[in-house]
Amino acid sequence: MSEPQTTTVEVRLPSRMGYEKVAMSTAAAVAKLMGFREDRIEDLKTAIAEACINAIEHGNRLNENLSVGVVLSAGEHALEIKVIDDGTGMKKQPARPDIDRKMHGEEDPRGMGMFLIQALVDEAEWVSGIDGHSSYVRLVIRLDKEAA
Amino acid sequence: MQSETKSRVDQITSPAGLPVTILRFEGDIASTSKEAVLGAYQALPKATAKLILLDFTKVEYINSSGIALVIQLLIEAANSGQKVVAFGLSAHFTKVFTMVGITKYAQLFATQAEALAAL
Repeated sequence: MSEPQTTTVEVRLPSRMGYEKVAMSTAAAVAKLMGFREDRIEDLKTAIAEACINAIEHGNRLNENLSVGVVLSAGEHALEIKVIDDGTGMKKQPARPDIDRKMHGEEDPRGMGMFLIQALVDEAEWVSGIDGHSSYVRLVIRLDKEAA
Repeated sequence: MQSETKSRVDQITSPAGLPVTILRFEGDIASTSKEAVLGAYQALPKATAKLILLDFTKVEYINSSGIALVIQLLIEAANSGQKVVAFGLSAHFTKVFTMVGITKYAQLFATQAEALAAL
């Protein structure tokens, strides 16, 4: 019996705002090769962009000497993405954004990245590096061939 | 790396005869877009610009920092008694704006004509 094949693509990004678009393009190309629908590719692009922005801004604190690793593992039924930085990881999940509180100045207008990630992919988990760095977010988006 | 955000202001009259200000954006809307988004809005005369349309037709990429700028614009507009509606977002960003709740404070339309008709 043959093992299901996984194809891996890796990208390293500088910790500079804007370079999340390289990860977006790469993930979109892999997802397209796998047969994802266009609307799911758009979801994936936004989720991976937000994950990379968090890694650049919060994980690596915009230190251009550090890079962000993006590992895409294309399986038979799903695409798994790990976005790896040199930060210590998430201490706690931020609260779900509340537009009314934002509009009334009771909540920062920012802080929607993690909410978007969770809403747009099938699985999202944040893992803190055991040695105080190499933390990552792991995203999974499943291939829904019925709807393709 | 991020494409520069451009903004342009047009003044038109709605089918109902009302003066309408259109803020047209082009490029990415991200953390670097503050001047193009908030700066362009803040330069509008508050006394006369009471109906504002945001045109996203030529915007391809909006991240959470860009969405936050749109929310800041909506906060200032609400405090100034201005009505804001938006048009031209892609299907994906229409979904994202709806998910974060922006549609509670700014209606979204597919086209400029539909947005104008709703004013």
